[in-house]
Amino acid sequence: MAERMSNREGLRGMANPSRYGLERVAYWLQRLSGLGLLAYLIGHIYETSSIVNGKVAWDKMLELTQTTQGHLILTLVIGMCVFHTANGIRVMLGHGGVGVGKPGQPEYPYDKSQRSATGSLNYKQRLCIWVSIALAALAMMYGMAVLFGD
Amino acid sequence: MAVETISKTPEVSVPVSSDFIILRISRFNSETDSSPTFAEFKVPVQKWTTVLEAILFVKQNLDHSVAVRYSCRQASCGSCGMQINGKPSLACYTKISELNSNIVTVEPMHNFPIIRDLAVDFKQMFATHKKMKPYIIRKDSEITSGTKEFLQTPEDVEKYLQFSYCIKCGLCNSSCPTMATDTSFIGPQGLAQAYRYVVDNRDDGKKERLKIIDQSHGIWRCHFAGSCSHVCPKGVDPAMAIQLLRGYLLGFRK
Repeated sequence: MAERMSNREGLRGMANPSRYGLERVAYWLQRLSGLGLLAYLIGHIYETSSIVNGKVAWDKMLELTQTTQGHLILTLVIGMCVFHTANGIRVMLGHGGVGVGKPGQPEYPYDKSQRSATGSLNYKQRLCIWVSIALAALAMMYGMAVLFGD
Repeated sequence: MAVETISKTPEVSVPVSSDFIILRISRFNSETDSSPTFAEFKVPVQKWTTVLEAILFVKQNLDHSVAVRYSCRQASCGSCGMQINGKPSLACYTKISELNSNIVTVEPMHNFPIIRDLAVDFKQMFATHKKMKPYIIRKDSEITSGTKEFLQTPEDVEKYLQFSYCIKCGLCNSSCPTMATDTSFIGPQGLAQAYRYVVDNRDDGKKERLKIIDQSHGIWRCHFAGSCSHVCPKGVDPAMAIQLLRGYLLGFRK
């Protein structure tokens, strides 16, 4: 018999935030911001390592961060950092069973409303996700004001 | 993905009040095909027609070779789980009228091997379910103990009741982002069942079960995306079960 097709969604399915509500969007943003911060960390190590090549090389590298593109990247890093931290705290608490609701008897027609009211898809979780997004947006605005301001 | 279109109107009498939809069915035979294709059928529907009924209409009148697994037709057996317009759902529990679309696409559930067309292989999920020891573990029994039954308060029952509603349809595993990439992950179905027995105060197998799930492809691979709870057709909340279960391993719960 031929080998059965596994039909696993793979990375594309994992990274698709569009089908399962706000929680899946937060999951996607958490991964995206984590990867972004990792890329920034690698870039940051490369940038600061230029100091071993002398002051001229260091100053040249610093100039890169003083450009408009450099400021935009730093603004994005600020947003990713704040969202990743705030949402990460929500997820860490949830992993310990904090704020994920209390088991109850499901009622017909078993729609999502009960899980949204008392279950793990509850309003506290959603509120925390929105707060994380709002904090990231605020931090980015402040960052832009500092970086692009006079 | 190739599309094979069958546009002939069904040669059967259909109620005058019927609307027609295009039902796109994913076709794949692991013995002859290298990748799935879509076949399109024009199907008469009424406001109460379910997706399963539409598929069965195709089987009966247009193409009997469409492979689909079903049994109870009332969301009790968990046989007819599939991707309906991109979302994992039970075909017997999804009305065409709820989908608000004249084109309905049905595909086999993701993260399960395809047997043929819409039928997928549940072997791994059932094996994982069995691995969770889905039964009460204790040394004595109703017969050997002093009492004839193990009494529980309504509060005791409520702790696990919703997780015993699981019909093993596999929709939660199909929507899980970890299952999408990790072939050895226990999955939300198995983990929720582990919680169902761990929290049952008649059970003494907590340590055994926690040991089974405390492994590299076990409970720690869940990242609380909540998609499993989003799609469950029976009101089970696997995401909650997994986080509460993790509380035992982290020492937040006794």
